[in-house]
Amino acid sequence: MTEPQSTAVDEWSVRRIVRTMIPLLAALSVLQLVSGTVLETYEAVLLRYPALLVLVPVQIGTAGNLASITCSRLTTQLYLGTYELSPSNPALRANAGAVFALAATVFGAVGVAAWAIGLALGGSLALGRVLLISLVSGMALAALVVAASVAAVEASYRIGLNPDDTTIPVVTNLCDIAGVLILFAVVSVAL
Amino acid sequence: MPGHDSARDVYRQALPVIAVSLIAGLFAGTILASETMRANIAEVPGLLLLLPAFLATRGGVYGSLGARLSTGLHQGIIEPRFRPDRRLTNAVVASFLNGMTVSVFIAVVTYATLVLFGDGGSLFQLVGVMVVAGFLSAVLMITVLIAVIFVGYRRGLDPDNVIGPVVTTLGDVFGVFFLLVGVAVVGAVS
Repeated sequence: MTEPQSTAVDEWSVRRIVRTMIPLLAALSVLQLVSGTVLETYEAVLLRYPALLVLVPVQIGTAGNLASITCSRLTTQLYLGTYELSPSNPALRANAGAVFALAATVFGAVGVAAWAIGLALGGSLALGRVLLISLVSGMALAALVVAASVAAVEASYRIGLNPDDTTIPVVTNLCDIAGVLILFAVVSVAL
Repeated sequence: MPGHDSARDVYRQALPVIAVSLIAGLFAGTILASETMRANIAEVPGLLLLLPAFLATRGGVYGSLGARLSTGLHQGIIEPRFRPDRRLTNAVVASFLNGMTVSVFIAVVTYATLVLFGDGGSLFQLVGVMVVAGFLSAVLMITVLIAVIFVGYRRGLDPDNVIGPVVTTLGDVFGVFFLLVGVAVVGAVS
């Protein structure tokens, strides 16, 4: 195989990957530290309802999973030439449909698991309440995942950065921070 | 052809992996809340503060490595074989450098935050813990990721659907554990 040394920018050079990612990762780390301190302010509520304490990391992790599946798929489609920012694009519709179906399945299961673990840890929230919180915040998070992934791929492509390097860190970090905010917004309405 | 999967295909491929990752996440959360873990965390000021950043960074670094390898495989410019290849080597070296650099950066920012809020803390200890934890996760994540992607790809599994859950699962279960190994190593050295 001939190496594409003639191309102006080699997508697979160490320098290129590191230069793209380090500033991004550094900025996102600082944001994470901020969100860590924000989470600490909700400590009392979380300790009172252990089911919610269980929900926080699992829900954020699941949103991150959905985000990386979406970003990784969109990026591959971009490189294969099947990606197109249009609501009628079948590849885009399939991705979005799968994310919502996965979210409904997983956040339902998460709700039941969080309720059971919360109960075992001495909590008092009813199953219906935990399930409602998990599903509503989870589906809102899924909508955010789809919108943010498409936006990140599109923006990254237009700026000229490789979406493989940029989209997953940006969208998963966004889900970490937004996940906490959405969860507590839903909790404050539902409790 | 990849990229033309229906929503049902994506759902069927991704659900089992997400389910495993979910169970691992619940498992990790339960371990994190255990008595011994909390005692260890209390030993190092700032450890809890840097935990989310550390976990998120590894997700970003190794999730990107996976996405990159997946795109390369789909494009046909890397081969799903375990032998030296310039692109594969570059991607691995770059992700290692990214992981280590950002780990140290997080340690320094966490220390600065602690100093700012007057909570005290040791720069040497935080950097040491992050170097050890960052290195161990790099070795584990890179090895498992390449193995899962290559073997999965050869068996007809689309890597795009499994990278995220694999990274999150390993990150959740081993991330906290490696931090505690880091605490033990730094404690033994100093």
